[in-house]
Amino acid sequence: MFVLVVGGGKVGYYLTRELSESGHEVVLMEKDRGRADQIADEIGSIVVAKDGCEGSALADAGANRADVVAAVTGDDEDNLVICQMAKHHFAVPKTIARVNNPKNEPLFKHLGVDELISPTRMILGSIEQDIPVHELLHLAPLSHEFELVEAQLTVASPAVGRTLLQLQLPSGCSVVALVRDEIAQAVGPETIFRAGDKVIAAGRAECEPALHGMLIGAAPVA
Amino acid sequence: MKAVIVGCGRVGGLLAAALDASGHDVIIVDLHTRSFDRLPATFGGEAVRGDGTDEEALQRAGAVGADFFLALTEGDNRNIMAAQLAREALGIGTVYAKVNDPMRAQAYAELGIGTICRSTMMADALLGAMKLPVGSEPSVRAGADHEHAPIRNASATGPSAATGPSAPIATAAAIATAAATGTAAATGPSAATGHGEV
Repeated sequence: MFVLVVGGGKVGYYLTRELSESGHEVVLMEKDRGRADQIADEIGSIVVAKDGCEGSALADAGANRADVVAAVTGDDEDNLVICQMAKHHFAVPKTIARVNNPKNEPLFKHLGVDELISPTRMILGSIEQDIPVHELLHLAPLSHEFELVEAQLTVASPAVGRTLLQLQLPSGCSVVALVRDEIAQAVGPETIFRAGDKVIAAGRAECEPALHGMLIGAAPVA
Repeated sequence: MKAVIVGCGRVGGLLAAALDASGHDVIIVDLHTRSFDRLPATFGGEAVRGDGTDEEALQRAGAVGADFFLALTEGDNRNIMAAQLAREALGIGTVYAKVNDPMRAQAYAELGIGTICRSTMMADALLGAMKLPVGSEPSVRAGADHEHAPIRNASATGPSAATGPSAPIATAAAIATAAATGTAAATGPSAATGHGEV
């Protein structure tokens, strides 16, 4: 298999080395001449010191016979363009882009990049598995667009250590009760919230971001 | 008509000022507020600091529903990405990206975004000034009809203003004129019509 790797940073360097060691034909494109020479010293003369975003440079590196093009530079826009040029201009069967900003994933996918690798998303996913992030739990819809929601407080919740009075909830929502040590109790203005409390609140949908911010922390992910 | 310009460099700033002066709604976006110093004091459009390759930033800037979207930063690939985002995610009918690599300019015109290539434009302008025959490659290309699979709910966004054959070409000429005034003033009123006749 012939793989064209574009971008000679850490990812591109190790990728090229691994592919080469496992017997694949591989060419690495790195536009910085100094960096390209340095890599060539270490892994041999399979480095092309040209900008993989340039159509003519891709052609020189053999893009028209590549089975795979992997765009792994640090810039999302460059990775997108490398993959699109490879796909549409050189009919490369498989294109892979490193995506640094996870928000770019839908666009890249839509524009025809075959595989997306997002280090940001991978690390994020791994962190989220370890630290449970509680969202507002919708318990029941009430009349007049009111909702009954539950928030699980953690040590990171802004509400912990504060009273209902101090929280100053927005008008249109109110804390109905809390569950502490598996016992439901009423909440007075002077009740101090603790980590582990389950707070039951009622409010209109538009109050939810404010409730989320006060009881859980960061604004909910859209 | 409403136009969004990404990149307040010499060309972007000049074009924004010209469109504003002739009564159009202009939103100009740049990563650095200092770039807006290029706009004249009389500029009545909106200058918004933000990343033109970020969908949310463009939405916040009010780009949805624009008639024209022009990506004119210094980076070919930034422009290409911004223009594709505007077309595919914001549903803007006519988009142009400044792409100085002729090969990329041609490839992306085929993929549906209009491209304007300063390299070709200036070379042709200078050849013309020397009374020599110009190259065969057009410096301004209208985006071809090219359908990607729909992105999310692409239908909801923006009135996809008439993308018939007349609209992009009219724009191409307008941009060519503005760009030629900015970068190749020597050629006078530009005749660039997307066929490289400068």
